[in-house]
Amino acid sequence: MADTKEVTTPIKEVDRVTIRFAGDSGDGIQLSGSQFTLATARLGNDLSTLPDFPAEIRAPAGTLPGVSSFQISFSENPIFTPGDQPDVLVVMNPAALKVNLKDLTDGGIIVANANTFVPANFKKAGYDSNPLEDGSLKAYRVIPLPITELNARALADAPLTKKEIDRSKNFFALGVVYWLFDRPVESTVEWVQDKFKRRPEIAKANVTSLKTGYNYALTTEVFTSHYRVRKADMEPGEYRNITGTEATALGLVAAARLADKPLFYGSYPITPASDILHELAKFKQFDVRTFQAEDEIAAVCATIGASYAGAVAITGTSGPGLALKAEAIGLAVMTELPIVIINVQRAGPSTGMPTKTEQGDLAMAFNGRHGESPVAILAASSPSDCFTMAMEAVRIAVQHMTPLILLTDGYLVNGAEPWRLPDVEELSRIRITQDADPETFQPYGRDPETLARPWVTPGHPGLEHRIGGLEKAEGSGVVSHDPLNHERMVGLRAEKIARIAHDIPELEVEGERSGDILVLGWGSTYGAIISACRQMRTEGVRVSNAQLRYLNPFPRNLGNILSRFKLVLVPELNLGQLRDILAARYPGNRYMGLNKVQGQPFKIGEIRAKLEEILETGVMV
Amino acid sequence: MATISETTPAPSLTRQDFISDQEVRWCPGCGDYAVLAQMQKILPQVGVARENFVFVSGIGCSSRFPYYMNTYGFHSIHGRGTAVATGIKCANPNLSVWVVTGDGDGLSIGGNHMLHTLRRNVDVKVLLFNNRIYGLTKGQASPTSEHGKHTKSTPVGSIENPINPVSFAISAEATFVARTVATETKHMASVLRRAADHRGAAFVEIYQNCNIFNDGTFEDVTARDVKSDRLVVLEHGKPLVFGKNSNLAVRLHNLHMEVGPLDAPSNGSHLIVHDERASDPTLAHILGNMRWPDYPECIGVFRDVRKPTYDELLLGQIDQAQSAKGAGSLQDLIHSGDTWTIE
Ligand code: SF4
Repeated sequence: MADTKEVTTPIKEVDRVTIRFAGDSGDGIQLSGSQFTLATARLGNDLSTLPDFPAEIRAPAGTLPGVSSFQISFSENPIFTPGDQPDVLVVMNPAALKVNLKDLTDGGIIVANANTFVPANFKKAGYDSNPLEDGSLKAYRVIPLPITELNARALADAPLTKKEIDRSKNFFALGVVYWLFDRPVESTVEWVQDKFKRRPEIAKANVTSLKTGYNYALTTEVFTSHYRVRKADMEPGEYRNITGTEATALGLVAAARLADKPLFYGSYPITPASDILHELAKFKQFDVRTFQAEDEIAAVCATIGASYAGAVAITGTSGPGLALKAEAIGLAVMTELPIVIINVQRAGPSTGMPTKTEQGDLAMAFNGRHGESPVAILAASSPSDCFTMAMEAVRIAVQHMTPLILLTDGYLVNGAEPWRLPDVEELSRIRITQDADPETFQPYGRDPETLARPWVTPGHPGLEHRIGGLEKAEGSGVVSHDPLNHERMVGLRAEKIARIAHDIPELEVEGERSGDILVLGWGSTYGAIISACRQMRTEGVRVSNAQLRYLNPFPRNLGNILSRFKLVLVPELNLGQLRDILAARYPGNRYMGLNKVQGQPFKIGEIRAKLEEILETGVMV
Repeated sequence: MATISETTPAPSLTRQDFISDQEVRWCPGCGDYAVLAQMQKILPQVGVARENFVFVSGIGCSSRFPYYMNTYGFHSIHGRGTAVATGIKCANPNLSVWVVTGDGDGLSIGGNHMLHTLRRNVDVKVLLFNNRIYGLTKGQASPTSEHGKHTKSTPVGSIENPINPVSFAISAEATFVARTVATETKHMASVLRRAADHRGAAFVEIYQNCNIFNDGTFEDVTARDVKSDRLVVLEHGKPLVFGKNSNLAVRLHNLHMEVGPLDAPSNGSHLIVHDERASDPTLAHILGNMRWPDYPECIGVFRDVRKPTYDELLLGQIDQAQSAKGAGSLQDLIHSGDTWTIE
């Protein structure tokens, strides 16, 4: 917590706070996190959140693999990441402490449920003695609270079982944290009352727990002070907190609506992409047709079929699934049908670390098919940007008649941030030209500007035609093995993708338009990069930053921008896949990588440290 | 562009309307020609406008079929025709969608999609051209090749057991399952016609001769001089009587079939009256499994039951949601959940 200043009351004003809630999967951690988020959003802070789920569905209680957590960072200034290090750790058991302590800032606050720190539990977490008592946490401010006991006492008269009473202890803890950060409890009270409408006794117990926790912190002086984060200066409008998954799903629904077509989503269960399927399956009233396929290949092939028959057709997956879909994507390239393939990247290769994030699939998106097989590629840069990029993906795919890969990742889809809601009236319609005259119709005739072929779907009399994976004669689309025709068609397919550059925005640079260092990222590294660069610019460092969201083709001004900087630093959660492409495509510039493959997003501090190292070692000279 | 012809009355079409301008490229004498000819003959009778037919295929000799039909057509990739067809049907259930596949395409590389397309009861008609060999890749053993079969990939005999396509389809709960022979053109035409009228997943196995790589593979049962004693033609509501002089019968004895003279004493077995509409597919399954030389082989419709199709149910859920909640408003959707306002 930087910039602490005393005010007359025991309230300290701080500009940014990062809190992590951690406990067993059964401790209601995600619920506490989302409630705290809502209360914080209502107060007008800018915020960013990230949950962390255990890889196992039901790891044994109290063990290290069973720990789940939720981190929120909130501020009076614009923020772009869920925070590098928590200032406050709320732990519901010893395992949660063990797993998360290494991330806590020096001098940070630990709020612990002391009732769970009994030998059986702290031994299960790998502690020999009670860490709350053995002095090992000297570097932190430890607030042990007998939460289970206090909560049970508060609910002694409630008509509930011991188990039910115990389950509401997370609301007690939440009440304590609400007081600590001066949040009103009302939004959570309302939520509980609505959620447990049919179980009023549970609603009442949860509210009692919440308020008791709050009052306990207020009256017992276990904390020497509490904190306030002022309202952020946010653009006026209506907001909601949104995860990358929700934003992706909404973007797809909106795009299909704007294109006036049914939405087809074909997908096979895979972490972390499955949530898109679950989300879309709720939207049947929007004519969303979800298809849970028998495998990844069926998912993409059905998507191609749906596109052929006239739906806005999407398939979603994660890395291993993209590998399986490769052959069929080639079919979509050859048949020039619009499909969007969403790849929620995760740490690979193979099964890798399914719940952990990575940007390892850029090279596969570019090259992972046989033959000369170009597709358009986009990447979302933040949870709410998934909405924009999902719509862009559909727009580009259907207007340019091409498969398109949209890259997101585990960090983006699970993370959440406030999203200023767009006015639907202002979203532009997705125009699709399907004009075809039976007299002159050519299945592989092309729009002179975009080179897109017409999207003529079955059901139109007089336009019956055959398409398929065999090479097509230019124009007529009949099967052709003519050598020169093949070369022309390969060229046309590549040129069609290249021309998308005229239909996407130019890359924007933040900071000086030319200079010493440009930090160029792509996709989800946006938050860490922009935060680090803004911080350093306020400290007087000359560093600019830009984030690629359109990767194939690149924005038309990219080459020019790169040439205006002495050094281009490319942070990526892989070993340098974008850097290699840039070096090949735009030689003559000086590139440096910042690469991390730990299944974790970049921290702001890591980008800063690299920049500081560059400045100190004088690489620039 | 003209509008989707849901309402366009089917004009009177002829066989000629379904012949495309593409030169047919199968080997002379290939069994595929007969299927193509019968298909082009029956489609004008189906009462569906030409633009509402889609032929989908995977890879293999049979998968060239869509190019020769003057309808909409999609020649996809190896084994995936059924998956592509499923997507087509989800996007536009008004279309009459046909999948043309072979024993390798449909039961080896595409076996998984076949299983799931059938068990979902997607309203597509699957024609599986069974020639017990890989033709296009020039003569390897296929999943229907007989145990011990000598092919290029099994020079000293196949060590695998073949799949029985009809048995597979019945196990997958296809709602229409039939078998016919490419050389029995009348029979084939009637089976194709029945498949065309079926709503739901229809599976038709066609014994098809590959005269280049597996000539005469079904001769034992289909040859002119033996067929009447070795093929049992299934007819709904009729007893399973066959033979040159209609003197042989298939009887059920416990859980297996017995074949013998029609007038043989019953001996605890009983004559079967064929019931395509039986909801329990067990008998159909036993009939499908009858194989020469142990048994005569059955052709005709094994099973024809009506169940809700995948596409009906899919669209039904959408209709239901729309009548319960109204056709969704995008503005409301975006503004749903916990929202707040910054002034
Ligand atoms: S190889 Fe066999 S199946 Fe293929 S076209 Fe020739 S005869 Fe027909």
